[in-house]
Amino acid sequence: MDTLLVPVQILLMLFFAPLVQGVIKTSKARWQMRHGPGVLQPYRDIAKLLSRESVQSDKASWIFTLAPVVYAAALMSAAVLIPTISERSAVTGIADAILFVALLALGRFALALAGLDTASNFGGMGSSREVTFSALIEPAIMLVIFAIALPIGSTNLTAMAGADIAAVAKILAFGALLIATITETGRVPIDNPDTHLELTMIHEGMILEYSGRPLGILHWATQVKQLAFLSLLAAIFIPWGMADAGDHSISALGVGLGAFTIKVVVLGLLLGVIETSVAKLRIFKAPDLIGFASVLGVLAVLASYVVER
Amino acid sequence: MSGLSLPAWTMLLPIFGYLAAVVAAILSVNGKNALRPVSSLITTASALIGVVVAVSALLDNETQTLRGWELFNGIQIGFRLDSLAAFFLLVISFPAIAAAIYGIGYLDSAHEPGHAAAQLPQRAGIDGAAGAFLASMSLLVLADGIFGFLIAWEAMSLTSFFLVIGDGANTARRSAAYTYVVMTHIATGFILFAFLGLAQHAGSFNFTQIAGAAGSLGAWQRDATFFCALLGFGTKAGLIPLHIWLPKAHPAAPSHISALMSGVMVKTAIYGLIRIIFELAGPGPRWWGTVLILAGIVSAVMGILYSLMERDLKRGLAYSTVEHLGIITLGLGIATLLFNDDRPELAAFALFAVLIHLLNHAAFKSLLFLGAGAVQTATGTRDLERLGGLIKRMPRTAIFVLIGAASISALPPLNGFAGEWLLFQSLLKLGGSDDTAPIATLAGIGAAALALTGALAVACFIRLFGIGFLAQPRTDEAADAHEVSKSMQFGMGLLATCCLFFGIGVTFLLRLIEPVVAQLSADSAPPPVLFARGVSTDSLQGSYAPLFVALGLVVVGILPWAIARGLFGKVGRRIAPPWVCGFRIETGMQYTATAFSKPLRLMFQFVIRPDRTVVIDHPDSPYFVTGVHYDETVRPIYERYIYDNLVRGLFGFSRLIRPMQGGSIRAYLGYVLVTLILVIVLAR
Repeated sequence: MDTLLVPVQILLMLFFAPLVQGVIKTSKARWQMRHGPGVLQPYRDIAKLLSRESVQSDKASWIFTLAPVVYAAALMSAAVLIPTISERSAVTGIADAILFVALLALGRFALALAGLDTASNFGGMGSSREVTFSALIEPAIMLVIFAIALPIGSTNLTAMAGADIAAVAKILAFGALLIATITETGRVPIDNPDTHLELTMIHEGMILEYSGRPLGILHWATQVKQLAFLSLLAAIFIPWGMADAGDHSISALGVGLGAFTIKVVVLGLLLGVIETSVAKLRIFKAPDLIGFASVLGVLAVLASYVVER
Repeated sequence: MSGLSLPAWTMLLPIFGYLAAVVAAILSVNGKNALRPVSSLITTASALIGVVVAVSALLDNETQTLRGWELFNGIQIGFRLDSLAAFFLLVISFPAIAAAIYGIGYLDSAHEPGHAAAQLPQRAGIDGAAGAFLASMSLLVLADGIFGFLIAWEAMSLTSFFLVIGDGANTARRSAAYTYVVMTHIATGFILFAFLGLAQHAGSFNFTQIAGAAGSLGAWQRDATFFCALLGFGTKAGLIPLHIWLPKAHPAAPSHISALMSGVMVKTAIYGLIRIIFELAGPGPRWWGTVLILAGIVSAVMGILYSLMERDLKRGLAYSTVEHLGIITLGLGIATLLFNDDRPELAAFALFAVLIHLLNHAAFKSLLFLGAGAVQTATGTRDLERLGGLIKRMPRTAIFVLIGAASISALPPLNGFAGEWLLFQSLLKLGGSDDTAPIATLAGIGAAALALTGALAVACFIRLFGIGFLAQPRTDEAADAHEVSKSMQFGMGLLATCCLFFGIGVTFLLRLIEPVVAQLSADSAPPPVLFARGVSTDSLQGSYAPLFVALGLVVVGILPWAIARGLFGKVGRRIAPPWVCGFRIETGMQYTATAFSKPLRLMFQFVIRPDRTVVIDHPDSPYFVTGVHYDETVRPIYERYIYDNLVRGLFGFSRLIRPMQGGSIRAYLGYVLVTLILVIVLAR
């Protein structure tokens, strides 16, 4: 039964991700006094793209064709590792937080190379900025992982989900990981995901040349990445409701699913609130925010250490 | 699995093989052209024997000694093949196989426009020096006493000096070689201090006897030994700020030699450090580990930052070597700290991380240098800003370099990630095992620094591969590139296959190096990597199963496409020019290497301190600009603040004492008289 939970999680991540994106966009629309296109719009967008022919640059090589495959594979694999409905599934043994971060890096590697492959300047700019911001935010993510993992002595995601560490450390770590989520998903104040303007193109710059089915897969995978980060936040900081290890009854799993949905929707609304209330930072002011996340991370490590003794 | 139980004399077979290669090179100087590859082929065979001997010794797990001969005064030169020596013999030998095969094709080609390929006398020199270089490195790890070690060390430095300087015609190579030889001899001086102190205490030059006397070393002598060893081996390993020779010397040598220098020679310094810390100078105080960790962090972060600023392919790779040696030193510091704290099982874990990362770095760094050499052979340039579009013109080289770049960026399931994952776990164990908050914070900061260097390495190698191989060629030289010869491809392909297998088969590698760790930490810890099926459900320890990750990636990756195909059927793909706002695309539109790293240069400018000059020409009026001249140079801060002042002080001191050599013979006779009187007084 543990093995069955893995495909369930894969399908869950695949089919929830556009819903979460839709929730964030609709909430932003409502706060901006608009109607918005509806919560199910991302599904329609992805379906439209998946059925379209793609156009490829004549300057690009096989890297361009292969990048969406590697990106989707890496991000989907990362999403599968996080405990969502149940504490334990067949992959729990290898569900390591550092592997999670490294799989994100694999996806980023593939996509950044594709951005450079198109021989256009937008792709290069997108790749350059993407690797810069991810380089700056990785220490903060690692510090958060260490703040949670040091007291329990393990970086296994399920172990971290139930971690019993000081509340102060949890609050600081949550702040740092929230800023990391905003950076990695490219939301305001780091980047504006709604436009294709040069000034706000980090992720959009890299995928500018993609169209049709590959673009649909890339959007889908990016939404899965967003959902993965929100699930990570939910699993580590609000782990209540998850079915216990080995408990495969329908009621427990159903409660787990319901709890997961509520947690992820609430976190999505939180992201929407943040996006609506702050302005986008000038790109070379963004490191200040990311540095603040690293400081929070260091404080979280200290707090998780000092407060419990 | 057990080894072949080879007799003790087989440990010298590779060395005899390399010396035979040297003889073959000398004999081929006046011979026919067909004899050219003979020396390289003998080197390849010797390196293969070296791998077999090393793996067999590791599997047998027995220390073999060979009596050498006596020099004078009771100084013996003998050989000892214990597990640590066997591991380093493996690290030396397997890149040598690839480099020697690669060298056959590399030396047959020209590398710079207007220069021809190396002719026989020069080529014999390179092949012979390469054989001697490998022989001296193998002798270094097999030496069982200080004398043998130092003789091999000096031979290694001299042969590599000749390889760097080449025929002496090129000014840049000469300057690099002189910097290299000065720094390496300063290093040898410090190493000499450290070793002689130990020898005097133990009363013998033999390593086994020194190790036996390590327990009775005085505290200050132990610390002084460590300090000298750190400065000496640290210079050879390229720890900042002692590394100034590395970015000059490594790019100057022929590419297969650069691969050996970066992938193998710097590791011999780590070998020396490990011998001193874990065997010869025994357990020491905690600050040793802390100093190594901090030195490692500084080297790692600054190394990769300078690598991002470089437009020369090989100098960028040399700085990346500095970064990885920093990471290895960080791991060594963790192991030292835990070992000196009397926690051998945790120290063993950290040692696994250090040794695996060392082996993996030898694989992918050598591969990348061979790739850089292939690029230089095909295009005639090493400047990133002049390359581009090579993936369509050199497809196989591109794949090999891509595997190398992905490995060095620590992407799962390739080999770089295994080492970094183990290092993170070691940091976790360090932080969790201690009662004092500073060590926990140090572990956290170490993890943050390691994550930063990992992410910066991803940026650096995306830049290297993306600007160098992808998009359109930026110059005609890049446009005229063609695939390199079969032997060069074979060398690169061999190392790329190693990267793949070391990544997936990391458990096998860990079992192979188990005896080394057991010998060093006096604790036989089981290999830390566990497959998912083997983990008990209660203890959720972090674990990494590369095979499952690889299979999972493949299976999960197909899924979205399968869903799309199932729902919407097949769709077509058209080829069309890219979108650049409606203009016709030109090669000047694509990103440059300098532009790619500009955001990082800006954000880290407090570390890098670039010098920016902007000159605006407006002869008639400030409103009518006729030209803008922009110059940005990165002058490394250690050169600006440390070495420039050091050199200035040295010259100032020389100027001060110059009056002593006035040319007056009466003054010189006066000096002789004074010295004579002093000697008589003191020797009484």
